[in-house]
Amino acid sequence: MKITNLLSIAWRAISRNKLRTFLTMLGIIIGVAAVIAMIAIGQGSKQSIESQITTMGSNMIMIVPTSNVQGGVRMDNSSVQSLEEKDVVALQKQLKYINAVSPSVSVKGQVINGSFNWSTTIQGVYPEFLFIRSWPVIDGVAFTTQDVKAASKVCLIGLTVKANLFPNDVDVIGKSFRFKNIPFKVIGVLSKKGENSFGQDQDDMIITPVTTVQKRILASTYYQFIYASAIDENSTDSAAAEVQNVLRASHKLAATTDNDFTVRTQAQLVSMLTSTSSILTILLTVIAGISLLVGGIGIMNIMYVSVTERTKEIGLRMSIGARGVDILLQFLIEAILISITGGIIGVVLGITATKLVTLLMHWPTLVSESSVVLSFLVCFITGVFFGYYPALKASKLDPIEALRYE
Amino acid sequence: MSDVIVDIKNLKREFTIGEEVVKALNDVTFTIKAGEFITIMGNSGSGKTTLLNILGCLEKPTIGEYWLDGVNVSNLTKNELAGLRNKKLGFVFQSYNLLARTSAIENVELPLLYNNTYSASERKEKAIKALEAVKLGDRMYHLPSQLSGGQQQRVAIARALINDPVMILADEATGNLDSRTSYEIMMLIQELNSEQGKTIVFVTHEPDIATFSKRTITLKDGKILSDKENEHVASAKEVLASLPAINQTPDVIPKP
Repeated sequence: MKITNLLSIAWRAISRNKLRTFLTMLGIIIGVAAVIAMIAIGQGSKQSIESQITTMGSNMIMIVPTSNVQGGVRMDNSSVQSLEEKDVVALQKQLKYINAVSPSVSVKGQVINGSFNWSTTIQGVYPEFLFIRSWPVIDGVAFTTQDVKAASKVCLIGLTVKANLFPNDVDVIGKSFRFKNIPFKVIGVLSKKGENSFGQDQDDMIITPVTTVQKRILASTYYQFIYASAIDENSTDSAAAEVQNVLRASHKLAATTDNDFTVRTQAQLVSMLTSTSSILTILLTVIAGISLLVGGIGIMNIMYVSVTERTKEIGLRMSIGARGVDILLQFLIEAILISITGGIIGVVLGITATKLVTLLMHWPTLVSESSVVLSFLVCFITGVFFGYYPALKASKLDPIEALRYE
Repeated sequence: MSDVIVDIKNLKREFTIGEEVVKALNDVTFTIKAGEFITIMGNSGSGKTTLLNILGCLEKPTIGEYWLDGVNVSNLTKNELAGLRNKKLGFVFQSYNLLARTSAIENVELPLLYNNTYSASERKEKAIKALEAVKLGDRMYHLPSQLSGGQQQRVAIARALINDPVMILADEATGNLDSRTSYEIMMLIQELNSEQGKTIVFVTHEPDIATFSKRTITLKDGKILSDKENEHVASAKEVLASLPAINQTPDVIPKP
């Protein structure tokens, strides 16, 4: 039996009943479209969480001092003063996986501009901080290493600060404001960063050289955090390990002593936050999968009806020389053709639905190739699985009885 | 012996229904030569349908031998029987058994779809020839629902002809047709037999139809009651001509 002959036999049989074939396909179409759309929406939300986290700085590594025990008393983290300039210097020494380092000291307080005032955070950092956080200046210029050495009273302001402190000004470059009687000059405005994944407004921020905060406001030599940036996303773990080694050496910790700092990477945060979205994706996909199963049962049902209805046709085919296996293959191919065609239409429909969701509801979506391949494979298996039993029934018919069937 | 295409020796066919053994055919022996036109007659229950099923390789005899064109059918498997039906036999049924919503030409092509030796173009070519042989060359793309009963039966005959069978088996092939159309079909069958030398076995219970054949086998209770050559073979063409030409009676489409 030539496969082309079988295909043409099955194709002719299916096209004789176009409406019924289409209705049978509908179950598969809806199932596949649902699977594709659900996975796309799930993947999209996962990707959006990831990209939201990367707004904090894509390959950012954060070094936080941790409480160490002093005489049996565990000290509060903020009082721990373990990060110093020598640590930053050690980290700046051409490490393999680190390409930028910046310390950070921040202080909260009231800033005043004439009759306007605003409570915000002043964060003292190195110029590299903007690179680590991938946070460009949109207006004016960033301060330089020279400003850090000189503890210059210059600053970059976030958009929220600009809106509250200079509500009437379009151009704020060169304007001044006061913080605890210290005048600061605005030399740049930071680009919009939006909220981070915890809902904090990242634009409510003033950035100055770290030395300015340390010497002029806090009078301290310690850092609250050190930020570093790994050379790429895949090497954040290696970079974290490298940072740990460097800092242990810099702090002269004995091999048995615990770290007096913690290294945090974005990857940990990403995996934590995306796990919820992954569970949701699995749930939605299972529901969509059930609808695919129902579609498959629909095929089986129709194939059964079809075999009964076409008993006489089967008898005729057998009388003119069709073997049992020819009949089996014919009905199996019919079922597979229905499910595969339904699958193709379903994929197209699913992708269209996904695009519509993005267009109309502004939900992030991502159609993955694997979901298309997977649903296609499932369609084929559905066709074989649900088509086999009716086809077997057809192939076992006795030609004489089938011919006589009314 | 070479022109003997059917050789049946001491053939028995028994069915077991519950406890009872029914002898549908009991010790039947006969031969059919190439080019013969035989009618098999008998009342219902005489075994003629069983004989046709065996001749058509749809079932096997319980005991006895059946040689078809040099092949011993009694020893074949189900699939081999299917192959034999596909290559050596043509069937014409009482209810035509055309595939609905399928054009005449596709219906005629059907047997060759189960034969790998033909390409799609050869298949079409042969189907056109077969349809022309039954004078339906102008109705090739009509659906069965657009054809009259007589035309549908001619499509079925074309389907039986397409594989150049050694024997055509017709089962009450005129049973659903009015007498005029029946004579037209018989005329066609007579032509196929006399002009193209096709061997035809025609099962019927109408004595009228049997007069058109060259030989009649009459069965009764599973045995051959008589097997005789017809001395006066009636010509369907003449009978048709003798019918009153009533304002061109259209072919009657029988009730399904």
